[in-house]
Amino acid sequence: MNFDLTDEQQMIVDAVSKYVENDSPVERFRKLRDTETGWEAKAWQTMGEYGWLGVAFPEEQGGFGGSFVDVALILEQLGRTLVPEPFIASVVLAGGLVSRLGTPEQIERVLAPMIAGETTLALAYAETQSRYDLFDCATKAEKSAGGYTISGEKVWVLNGHSADAYVVVARTSGGRRDEDGLSLFLVENGTKGLSRVRVPCMDGQSAGLLKLEGVEVPAESLLGEEGAALSHLEWAIDRGAAAACAEAQGCLGELLDRTVEYLKERKQFGRAIGTFQALQHRAADMFAEVQLCRGTMYVAAISADSDDVDTRRAEISVAKTQLTRGGWFVQENAVQLFGGIAITDEQDTGLFFKRVRVLQGLFGDADHHTARYQTSPRFELGAD
Amino acid sequence: MDMQYSPEQLAFRDEVRAWIQSAMPAHIKEKADNGGNFEHEEIMEWHKVLHSKGWVAPNWPEEVGGTGWDVAQRHIFSEELVRANAPSLSPFGLSMVGPLLIQFGNDDQKKRFLPKILSGEEVWCQGYSEPNAGSDLASLRLSADKEGDDYVLNGQKTWTTHAQYADWIFVLARTSTEGKPQAGISFLLADIHNTPGIDVKPFMTTGGTMAFSETWFDNARVPQENRVGPENEGWTMAKALLGHERTTIGGVAESYRWLMMIKRIARDTPAGEGTLWDDPRFRQRVAELEIRQRVVGIANLRTLADAQVGHAPGPESSILKIVGTELYQEVTELAMDALGHNALGWIDSPSDALPVYQQSIASEFNYLRASTIYGGSNEIQKNIISKAILGLPSS
Repeated sequence: MNFDLTDEQQMIVDAVSKYVENDSPVERFRKLRDTETGWEAKAWQTMGEYGWLGVAFPEEQGGFGGSFVDVALILEQLGRTLVPEPFIASVVLAGGLVSRLGTPEQIERVLAPMIAGETTLALAYAETQSRYDLFDCATKAEKSAGGYTISGEKVWVLNGHSADAYVVVARTSGGRRDEDGLSLFLVENGTKGLSRVRVPCMDGQSAGLLKLEGVEVPAESLLGEEGAALSHLEWAIDRGAAAACAEAQGCLGELLDRTVEYLKERKQFGRAIGTFQALQHRAADMFAEVQLCRGTMYVAAISADSDDVDTRRAEISVAKTQLTRGGWFVQENAVQLFGGIAITDEQDTGLFFKRVRVLQGLFGDADHHTARYQTSPRFELGAD
Repeated sequence: MDMQYSPEQLAFRDEVRAWIQSAMPAHIKEKADNGGNFEHEEIMEWHKVLHSKGWVAPNWPEEVGGTGWDVAQRHIFSEELVRANAPSLSPFGLSMVGPLLIQFGNDDQKKRFLPKILSGEEVWCQGYSEPNAGSDLASLRLSADKEGDDYVLNGQKTWTTHAQYADWIFVLARTSTEGKPQAGISFLLADIHNTPGIDVKPFMTTGGTMAFSETWFDNARVPQENRVGPENEGWTMAKALLGHERTTIGGVAESYRWLMMIKRIARDTPAGEGTLWDDPRFRQRVAELEIRQRVVGIANLRTLADAQVGHAPGPESSILKIVGTELYQEVTELAMDALGHNALGWIDSPSDALPVYQQSIASEFNYLRASTIYGGSNEIQKNIISKAILGLPSS
């Protein structure tokens, strides 16, 4: 039992921390949020050069053989200044699946350039009707002469507006809500029949709306075994949830620090508002929830690499619930303690508030994860 | 970072688990399995069983009677005790005055007091709060005036937990009125039975038990050799003592045991066509609290892990009292809801009306309202966090 960072992990944290402070302050995100892409290829390449995009991939795939904790530590730092590059979409979700399931050829063709920072990826899984049910998939892939023909529509695809290649979830058999019959396909941007629309999101980032109208892909595009994608998809989305907790940890830490500084500076009734006990206690409660989020974020990151699926599911559901309930306490009170200034676009509080809220809703909210937790063996009567 | 117990730690857990089951006297085990509340005599009987095994004071250094276990082993041990619903030992000797004597006591004091704390021959209680010194503890007024070789004590303590069972009391007393209120306090040890002028008056709590007493001092003479540490330095020691209870006072492990009991109640309680456990709304509430228990439990583990590698408790440890006791109360509230009509019952309701394992729930539910008040109220804890950690200014 040990929550200490290794020397190598501390070096990663220091390097990313230096980068976000010097090269990617919140002002950079402010400038980028009004642009078509919303992030910069130059910054992505830099992250590739530093090795951050490949930190947790095996060495034989061009990565550094690290753990998901390393990924979480990077994401926490990126969250501190709202770095908008598509780390979760590209590295954690799509990159994770290619690394886990890809053939050497697929890894060479799709993963290697992403690790180098030359391309970005996206995972297209959600559909209008699916809510958080990963098996709920109406998009179909039918066998054709040369491979498969995919038709359907995917919504809220993170980095979907700008990815070079997609991992698309499509059904090769069964009905819309069957757990069996899901398959994954690698689809490159520009493939005939694939169209995408940029969808601006609440947090100033963008997602994609994908239409697949008879998209023809070769048989070699199948990623993993046909019809058996669900457990892998769930693995990827669990890691997405752990990643969301990590990035949000950076945002929540900033919200707390900035709020506490403001309480010391802002004067009303002739004194700093931080002298008022009503506000001090609110700040102390915020501190408590940030600390609780940190512990569960670490445990989620550790569990993201676990082969024990029950442990992974339970611990990640705990962490995501804490992010959504405890984290919410932090962000709503940050706004309350800042007062009216926090609902101006000019001030940064609202940017963090919105980013955290987006991360809370991605990959299952508290209701979803509290319900899922009840399917855990540890929740059963007499479990101990 | 890792969360796994090593094979050695798992083997240790199994050893402890098996030993507890075999070592518990039959009548205590029966009560433990039925979730019963233990009488003082049963608690002391269990104390002596642990002492004979050498496991009564895992948090003490090995050379004065500790076990030599590391932090993980100590955590495993305490988890197993809670899991088995073993009687909770009185903390005042083992966890409070004992460690304080080890840190600040002189050799004579250590020789005189530590062995009998370990053996359970002498039971201790704590004299801190007074009627007019609760959250503002430093305003305490119990006076200790020097006369010859003694201090003469006059005044009153209250909330002295289980003083009626205690042989000795450690008190914070005022030895000087000079300077700040914190500056004139000394830490004294008094023999309750053999000191004329000490009078213990237990009072009834809303939990239906005599958990606390008023303790009166009327010209009670305490030898100066029973002062721990320098005169007027008692406040420093009282603060050091608080550090010893950070990971236990929140009741995180107890909350877990209550959640297991709530599931048992739900399974045993008919509702509709099935049982309460079939009710998705009820299960949802259990799940919400079980998740919260895990969240707080992880914060607890982080504090323990910090201690293991020799770090001072990190800032997260200061929140454990607050979030732990809030959770503990919520869990008891859910247990009451689970009982339905049975929540009308009381500790002396007959067992054909109220199953034995449910008989102390209402009592505990009432008594544990104290958990957010004792050990420094949660509001005081928030004052400490906002000033000492967040650096917010005083008014």
